[in-house]
Amino acid sequence: MDMMQHATLLKYNNYRYLKASSLLMAIAVAAYISVDAASEHSFGGTRLGYALGIVSTLIMFLLMWYGIAKRRTPRVPDRRQHQECAGNKHNNGDTQAVFSAQQKVERRRCPVKKSWRYGGTLQGWLSAHVYLGILLIVLASLHAGFQFGWNVHTLSYVLMLLVIASGFYGMYAYLNYPRQITQNMASDTLGDLLLKIAELDELARIRALGLPDDVNTLVLKARRETRLGGSLFQQLIGCQRDCPTALAVQQVQELGKKYINDEQPKLMRDLYSVLLHKQKLVLRARNEIMLKARLGGWLYLHVPLSIALLAALIAHIVAIFFYW
Amino acid sequence: MSENFKIVIVGAGPGGMSAAARAAEHGISHILLDAAPHVANTIYRYQKGKLVMAEPTQLPLRSTLSFGAGVREDILDAWRQELVKHRANMRMDAMVSAISGQRGNFQIKLLSGETLNAEFVVLAIGLQGNIRKLGVPGEDLPRVQYQLDDPDEFCNETIVVVGGGDAGVENALALARQNRVILINRQEEFSNCREANFNLLMTTVTEGRIETRVSTRAERVGTLSEGDFPVDFVAQTPQGLEQIKCHRVIARLGANPPRKLVESFGVSFPNKDPACVPQLSEQYESNVPGLYIVGALAGYPLIKQAMNQGYEVVEYILGNPVEPADEALLREKFASIFGIHSVSEGIALIKRNQPLLESLTTLQLREFMLDSTVWVPQCGEVIFKRNGYSNSFFSILEGNVSIQVEGQDGVEIVFTLGAGDFFGEMGLLSGRRRSGTAIAGEGCVLVETPRRSMLKLLQASVGVQRRLDEVSLKRIVRNYLDASLPESELDHLVQESQFKQYAVGEVLFNEGDKADGLYMIRRGSVTVSRLIGGKEVVLAYISAGNYVGEMALVSNMPRSATVRAASPTEVVLLEAERVNAVMNRNSSIRSKVDNRYLERIRLGESALSGEFSGLVKFLIDQGVGEATDVLLIDYSRCIRCNNCEAACADVHDGISRLNREAGPTYEQIHVPASCRHCEHPHCMKDCPPDAIHRSVNGEVFIGNSCIGCGNCQGNCPYGVIQMTTQRTYKQRSILQIIFGAANHHSNGQYKVAEADTRKAVKCDMCKGILGVPACVRACPTGGAFRVSPEVFLGYVEGGWESLQSEH
Repeated sequence: MDMMQHATLLKYNNYRYLKASSLLMAIAVAAYISVDAASEHSFGGTRLGYALGIVSTLIMFLLMWYGIAKRRTPRVPDRRQHQECAGNKHNNGDTQAVFSAQQKVERRRCPVKKSWRYGGTLQGWLSAHVYLGILLIVLASLHAGFQFGWNVHTLSYVLMLLVIASGFYGMYAYLNYPRQITQNMASDTLGDLLLKIAELDELARIRALGLPDDVNTLVLKARRETRLGGSLFQQLIGCQRDCPTALAVQQVQELGKKYINDEQPKLMRDLYSVLLHKQKLVLRARNEIMLKARLGGWLYLHVPLSIALLAALIAHIVAIFFYW
Repeated sequence: MSENFKIVIVGAGPGGMSAAARAAEHGISHILLDAAPHVANTIYRYQKGKLVMAEPTQLPLRSTLSFGAGVREDILDAWRQELVKHRANMRMDAMVSAISGQRGNFQIKLLSGETLNAEFVVLAIGLQGNIRKLGVPGEDLPRVQYQLDDPDEFCNETIVVVGGGDAGVENALALARQNRVILINRQEEFSNCREANFNLLMTTVTEGRIETRVSTRAERVGTLSEGDFPVDFVAQTPQGLEQIKCHRVIARLGANPPRKLVESFGVSFPNKDPACVPQLSEQYESNVPGLYIVGALAGYPLIKQAMNQGYEVVEYILGNPVEPADEALLREKFASIFGIHSVSEGIALIKRNQPLLESLTTLQLREFMLDSTVWVPQCGEVIFKRNGYSNSFFSILEGNVSIQVEGQDGVEIVFTLGAGDFFGEMGLLSGRRRSGTAIAGEGCVLVETPRRSMLKLLQASVGVQRRLDEVSLKRIVRNYLDASLPESELDHLVQESQFKQYAVGEVLFNEGDKADGLYMIRRGSVTVSRLIGGKEVVLAYISAGNYVGEMALVSNMPRSATVRAASPTEVVLLEAERVNAVMNRNSSIRSKVDNRYLERIRLGESALSGEFSGLVKFLIDQGVGEATDVLLIDYSRCIRCNNCEAACADVHDGISRLNREAGPTYEQIHVPASCRHCEHPHCMKDCPPDAIHRSVNGEVFIGNSCIGCGNCQGNCPYGVIQMTTQRTYKQRSILQIIFGAANHHSNGQYKVAEADTRKAVKCDMCKGILGVPACVRACPTGGAFRVSPEVFLGYVEGGWESLQSEH
């Protein structure tokens, strides 16, 4: 196995992008200190300030390119193999092509290290995305010379910090939620759970038929009003206040005591166990929806903010040319 | 008044049609007669949409009509059109009642009373006119039928199907969809049907949708006037007579030559066996001069053979010399050998120089050569490389080949093979990478045989199998154990060694057994496990090319662990006493086995501590043991973005060959539904156009010749093959991505390519693209990875967690 495929996001390729960003940061900080920046009126307008600004802008575009890299799978054809097949005149049909291919040079899968030649792995992109994003905090702060105000320049700076902050949350989510999702769901899918819940609802309805009306009302309510998912906010919370299913479980237990003498206790017990089972599944399903929402929901912040940042950045760049 | 023809062709099956079309092409007066209202009535009565095969694949078709494997309807349409185009003279619904006379003066009487005169008669009536019946009282009852036109005609009935061949099994499977079906088989096993049918039947039986009775014959059939069931079927089972009440009996027992009818034409049969066919000359002429017989009645039941004969028989009648249909192909194959000018010389050369094939008849050798290629490599040319994934088989006709293998200690060993030897059998049998590099010597002439043909040959010919085993045995011992072992010791070791086969889960030996010898695994893989606290704990996974059982031999104690087959496994068992004797005489082999022993103890100890065992057991249960490269997902990293699927679809015309969510999970390891590129791919087993291959790099892929029969889909135990129509697909441009334009497939806007034919698709490990496969490349968190099981499962030290954290 190519072990490199196994490094986590942050450790990717032996911390390649951590090292690269640290180096860049060290250079930037050293340069900043050496020019005695504090004396400048507007640091961003100095040579070093421009340099930092240009580098930061380039990095921002690189970070945004991640969104495109993720949606594009470069198709670099294996030319060697094509040439081999074309040059292999004496064969008839693909059976023969396969057999005579063995005399040829074996195509080795490029190790991940060299994968940048054909677009890189997405893992590498994301690793770079994380470290370069963090680096931006430093670079942009230095570029601003720590001078802030109520203007479009500081607006872009703040937007950038917000994007990065949401990115930090994303990092946290990526590193933690996947494991929890597996623990919650094991081999089941959400679809499986929903099917089972529907089955249990039907089972509960049948069980309740022979029981008093108040029990039936409870079961019906649990069936109709139990909510899974909902709005983004509700998904993120992952619970329902006064969940009818939980309520039903609780009250059936109490009603069981009440009807213990005159009704069929076995039916009641059966119903209770069905509802209990359903409650468990509902909790798991909610958990799944919540974890997935938390895992993916932050992007609804991260992406629009970065687009806003892009707009602000353009305004910032256009503006400084007028000031100049 | 009667009409005169030069040739009267009786029977409009493939043979008859082909003859009529050829005669029409020559402009000879002819007529094609058939009792049925359609041409090719047997094929016409196949189930709707049934796939018609074109076996034997390599045999060239020589006919005026076209034919290739395909769907029943297409083939029939093509034939009808071509017959019209060639102006073949046909008369359907014309049953022949008698034929008399001989060459130049035949009278053919039709049931309508008409008489035709002919100079020659071609009898191409096949066997289907004389279907084999049950042969018991009640066989002709109206509810006993010998044909099933439309299985959906019956619903909620109890139906007894008699016959364990393909027809019977296929009928039973089709009927079982909406009926209760009892399948009766005379034999103990369903060995007469195709593997795909067999597997399907077994699944259906396990699901309880078909009942079977084996070693059972029909005793009698009666009618019942009372109750729900009109038919009373009595069967003779091994346990005694059994009465089965049912609605109908469908018997599919094959057919016999319509002997009485044919005999009435004056044709004689060599013996009294009802299955025997008339004696014919090499030109298909019967004992009645001028009366020719082709097709199934002549003993050639395959469509392509019959069509070739139909063509040839017309040529023979015209007195034109015809050489066998495969002659030109074979001549071309032998053309590259210096000094060989004809096919018979080439065949003779093989017979003379290749003892492995000496037990084959000339006809078998011709078929063998049709599949194979002759290869005359330059001196020094590499035939295959070590670690390549090719799996064809090579026989040396002339010259020599040197084989370089790496010994256990990493030292390269070279040995030379000469004419009469063969090589490549290890890759063929194990389905793994080549264990050595083969380089051609001076004046080398090779015959290269593809895997499928070689396996077919091994199955068909015991002689070849035995001879191959004898030679490969020593090579295995030398390769696995010690390459420097002298020949005399090798001979001693392999004497009385045995080949053994194990199904998945079968035990090679149990913990505590007495040591019976050393097991060399030549195919498949095994797990080594021990019972600890009442639970079976897996210690190691060992693949083909290695041996097990040395621990007890070295320590002289009972077996310390249980060894179980993880995939279908073949081993060579070397006798304990002989191994010990050889080890005592040779210190080098002794030290090698000792080292292996110590290594195993060390690995076993570390395996006990980790969570490795559970994971290995899980993966073996998922069939990863027989994989060569499997996609796994570390779910602790997978953010469920399904980018792997999207990327797969993006590089494969919009159809993802992987289903991320489907498939089981153990701890945090998920096995998605995706091809594992098995060592012995199940999908390859029964592919009519032989479209599935393994490339040198190990990818198992489906080639363009796929006809969409779906056999591979049925044969794949992992459900990773889909049948889809071909579509035109364009990747999104960068601008489209930026503005969020939908992919073609997400809004169902596929342009279906002209021919709306389904084809099988599966993972090809992105074989046409440079770099790592798209699924792995597109994983943003590195959760998706591809591994081969020996690397993954063999990684015992510290288990899975350390595997992750170490890198």
